[in-house]
Amino acid sequence: MTGRWKEVLTRNETLVALVILLFCIVASISDPNFFTVTTLSDLLRASIVLGILAIGCMLVLISGGIDVSFTAVAVSAMYMTTKLSLAVWPEMPWPLIFTLSIGFGALLGAINGVFIAIFGLPTLIVTLGTLSVFRGFLLTFVGSDRISALPPDMREFSRMMIARGTTEGGDFYALPWSLAALAIVILLTAFILHKTMLGRSIFALGGSLESARRLGIDVRRTQFFVYVYVGALAGLAGILHGSMGRMADPFSLVGLELSVIAAVVLGGARLIGGYGTITGTLLGVALIVLVQNSLIVIGIPSTWQSVTIGALILLGTGLPAYQAKRAAARAG
Amino acid sequence: MSAAVHAAALPLSPRTRPAMQVSESSAFVEMTGVTKHYAGVTALDGVDFTVHPGEAICLAGENGSGKSTLIKILSGVEQASEGEIRIGGEVMTGLSPRDATAAGVLVIFQDFSLFPNLSVAENIAFANELTEGRMIFSRRHARAVARRVLDRIGVDIPLNARLEALPVAHKQLVAICRALACEARLIIMDEPTTALTGKEVAALLDIIRLLKEQGVAVIFVSHKLAEVLAVSERVVVLRNGKKVAEGDATEFDAASLTRHMTGRDVAEASPGAFAGSGETLLAVENLQKDGSFRDISFSMQTGEVLGITGLLGSGRTSLAKALFGLVTPESGRIVVDGAEVPLGDPIASAEARIGYVPEDRLTEGLFLTQSILRNVAVGRLAEHERNGFLHMRGLVDEASDWLKRLNVKTPAITAPVQSLSGGNQQRVALARWMSRAPRLLILNGPSVGVDVGSKADIHDIIRDLGHQGLGVIVISDDLPELLATCHRILVMKGGAITDEFAGGTITEDALSQKLAS
Amino acid sequence: MSGSGSRTEQSLTQAPEFRLAIIAVLVFALMAVMSPDRFLSGQNLTSMAFQFPEFAILALAMTITMTTGGIDLSVVGVANLSAVIAATILTSLVGPEAAGAAAFMWLAVALVASLAVGAAAGFFNGILVSRLGLPPILATLGSGLVFTGFAVAMTGGSAVMGFPDIVAVIGNATIWEIPVPLILFAILAIALHILLTRTGFGLRVTMYGANPLAALYAGIDIDRILLRVYVIAGMFSSVAGMVIMSRANSAKADYGSSYLLLAVLIAVLGGVNPYGGYGRVVGVVLAVLSMQFLSSGLNMLQVSNFARELIWGALLLLVMVINTTNWAGLSARPTSRPRPAEREDTT
Repeated sequence: MTGRWKEVLTRNETLVALVILLFCIVASISDPNFFTVTTLSDLLRASIVLGILAIGCMLVLISGGIDVSFTAVAVSAMYMTTKLSLAVWPEMPWPLIFTLSIGFGALLGAINGVFIAIFGLPTLIVTLGTLSVFRGFLLTFVGSDRISALPPDMREFSRMMIARGTTEGGDFYALPWSLAALAIVILLTAFILHKTMLGRSIFALGGSLESARRLGIDVRRTQFFVYVYVGALAGLAGILHGSMGRMADPFSLVGLELSVIAAVVLGGARLIGGYGTITGTLLGVALIVLVQNSLIVIGIPSTWQSVTIGALILLGTGLPAYQAKRAAARAG
Repeated sequence: MSAAVHAAALPLSPRTRPAMQVSESSAFVEMTGVTKHYAGVTALDGVDFTVHPGEAICLAGENGSGKSTLIKILSGVEQASEGEIRIGGEVMTGLSPRDATAAGVLVIFQDFSLFPNLSVAENIAFANELTEGRMIFSRRHARAVARRVLDRIGVDIPLNARLEALPVAHKQLVAICRALACEARLIIMDEPTTALTGKEVAALLDIIRLLKEQGVAVIFVSHKLAEVLAVSERVVVLRNGKKVAEGDATEFDAASLTRHMTGRDVAEASPGAFAGSGETLLAVENLQKDGSFRDISFSMQTGEVLGITGLLGSGRTSLAKALFGLVTPESGRIVVDGAEVPLGDPIASAEARIGYVPEDRLTEGLFLTQSILRNVAVGRLAEHERNGFLHMRGLVDEASDWLKRLNVKTPAITAPVQSLSGGNQQRVALARWMSRAPRLLILNGPSVGVDVGSKADIHDIIRDLGHQGLGVIVISDDLPELLATCHRILVMKGGAITDEFAGGTITEDALSQKLAS
Repeated sequence: MSGSGSRTEQSLTQAPEFRLAIIAVLVFALMAVMSPDRFLSGQNLTSMAFQFPEFAILALAMTITMTTGGIDLSVVGVANLSAVIAATILTSLVGPEAAGAAAFMWLAVALVASLAVGAAAGFFNGILVSRLGLPPILATLGSGLVFTGFAVAMTGGSAVMGFPDIVAVIGNATIWEIPVPLILFAILAIALHILLTRTGFGLRVTMYGANPLAALYAGIDIDRILLRVYVIAGMFSSVAGMVIMSRANSAKADYGSSYLLLAVLIAVLGGVNPYGGYGRVVGVVLAVLSMQFLSSGLNMLQVSNFARELIWGALLLLVMVINTTNWAGLSARPTSRPRPAEREDTT
């Protein structure tokens, strides 16, 4: 086997794709109804919020940090926007609602950014702290009631479909416009990461912080951007979640961060920073969504979901870590 | 003076200006009376320093001589306390790293400061794109920049390769290319040859010659300059923050450089050949590790001090680590006192009473934030443990005793070890291992980063260890050090032992020729 | 060796623990002044002594892993898993009506099982971190999910209850007026203190945290050290799990989810360096006390659980900022730990 092929085969992306394939094969065998347009469109819909959060989280990992607070950012932005809209202007058009939520998200992300980029504190401890602060603030000062009477335009948005219908076989499918939001996030992030100096600086930061400093990259500004951007994405994911679920639930989303981190590390992003691809992250998201929704189909009871996701995190980080350790031992 | 400066401010046409003919007035960099105080310490004391286009300068000095401070000031990392800096004729006040880069002064650090996760093209072009103030990154543009610079020095490295996959010599070339991509007119290279093999050094020197022809000036910063002397015009030696010697490169050789750097005239006397104790301590048989060293066999007796030298890349450090189990050889045997030591197991090696004092004290040797006492005591925990509990008094007394015996100067043994000077730090590392009563002590670069006075003391300690009946292996590229301490010197090249000399039978010049050949 | 020499040398007032002691006294005084009859009542003091050991024990587990420069994010998962297993033994094999010697024996069996679970979980973490080289953050994040997941799978997500009365002893009884959970915490804190300051193992743990590479070069068996550290953290977590189970009179996969933050907060507040190399139990105990005084005060002010979450998070950030910021040189670069040397490639 040539080195190049070996490299491709041992990449996280390839392994995750193979696992997904295997999962689908087993699922189709045990349940002939699994592989239908309905399932597919359900899974796609379920991937939207997770996918946007995962892309943000990947950016943080590439920059060499870790963020566990983005779910709190998402739910805070969503709930604050909903409350504000209902109080001030219930007929607020959805583009404004979305902008507001993204803005709130960016603001909360900026708070992470201050502690991490300006004070230089360890990212895990900062975001553990802000996770509680954001959620505590939300539930104490903004509100703790579930709101199902959303602003009309928010509900309206979730009804807007790119395509919906029934196949000849009688399978119902629906692709909402929120899917376009995911597509935009993917394109925008890909553009930032690969076509701007800012994006390359994020990779550089993760590759070697000291080198980045010496080269004259504005490390603080770059880190600050990362956390603001992640916050903005979380704000978007939050409002989509609320809109698609037709309910503003201040207790939702928090707790999902582990699944998101699982998806990202499965996709090949590394905690040491500098590595991560959008393709890998999306594959990771696909696998996590499959596990969350269809574990039962391949014969594993859904109560084993956490175990599966935890095991996937360990596998996703364990394989590259172990390979690196072996390589280091060989090199002496 | 000011008229001359104005002339220098005009754009130079370096390609047409041969390096040796530049007049004083055309200096690219002119530092006058530069002084730097750090919290009461004068690191640099009224130093004048000039660099002409296309000129290569050796900036020599031991650690703490002020050479890194000078470089930091020139590259804008630190600000001078007093003095004037002109670059390209312009007086630079409050020079920042960005200003220095923009003026064409670029530093290649010893670790190259590259990004392991990015491609070769991007590593080369990154700084250039940054200084150009681009917002948009174009892979094609980056590749074009990289290709152009690589062509300029006539080197071919795959542009798409990830940097982490490259050998060290290529990484260095990438670092040079990155500087060139920023229109460097002065490249400062920090310890440029340390990580290179003899062949790679030769290739590097060829490239330096090419750069000089193109009008780029080069400063080599090193404590070991014999290798770069050949391509240099001028030598500047710093000691204790002052310029102590400056002159034509032809006036210096390795010995006179060392003399200027250390300020001592007489070399320490060789201990001569080993009389022999008749008791074999260590036998190494056919030790082999792919890509590092091969077919290593030697033996030594108790009381012998054995030197192992070689350029970096010769496998000397890997061999040293292998002897202590930090590197796992594929085959071969290590026998200490007649008992075979398992390969690749530092714990077993320590139990076989082998000690290893690493080269890089700060990252490998010491626990910087911990107390001096703990740094010594950590070597003797097992002996002072009863059912897991430490006998504190005994441990502290023993460690203090060793610190006293090795003459570690400190106001308080409970102060963090990072508060000590390099020489005292090295004594602490030695004390840890000596307290374990080793049979064999491997010292890798025992006096790297140690001031002159302490260096002589450490050499005394090494000779004394031999007298006490220990086996000592000194791994070093500091030839005077080896000559002054070793009964026997093994020379390694390309992973194999190629020569062996008894103490007192070879001169420094001859040895350095054996190394480079 | 700070145990014998450094304390005499270092001026006492410079130690972070001294600052903490002052904070603890100040918080206590503040609460006492604000509400003297309620805060200083015997009832309040006793109830505090029952409350804090659950998360304080988890903080001890966090302390020892942080001293190595690692972290254990699985402590709550381990606590709940061991509680669920002990609870399963106590309900399925014994039942609520058991009493006397039989009940006591079964309780002992359940305790041993729970400790074994904690040790096994810690061993698993230790293997991931030391042998396989996973970063502790992700290793324990993943394993924590796995442990919680096992607890969910065993119980289907619902609480396990119906214990013999004797189980309540661990969490609710007093011996000579002293609450049993407090005694447990005191024993573990003293044990950990002795372990860290008086044993070779403890010193090696600290030295490893200060510089893992130097520890390897000093001939320390670093894999074994890490393994033991995580096993100890796992066993401490399972003790916390027993206290939680007894006080709640049930076991559930998602009890104490806010305790992870509290454990990290207390360790950091107690002066443990999250980058490794420094951690003193005295500091952690003082941090626990300050936290409990504050918490109890917040209780009397009828502050909600949510607001409390907000306050804990803010406190964590504040303490980190105070501990690590060089106020004189805020414009200087942030104090981040240098990466492990990137120039490992010299032959």
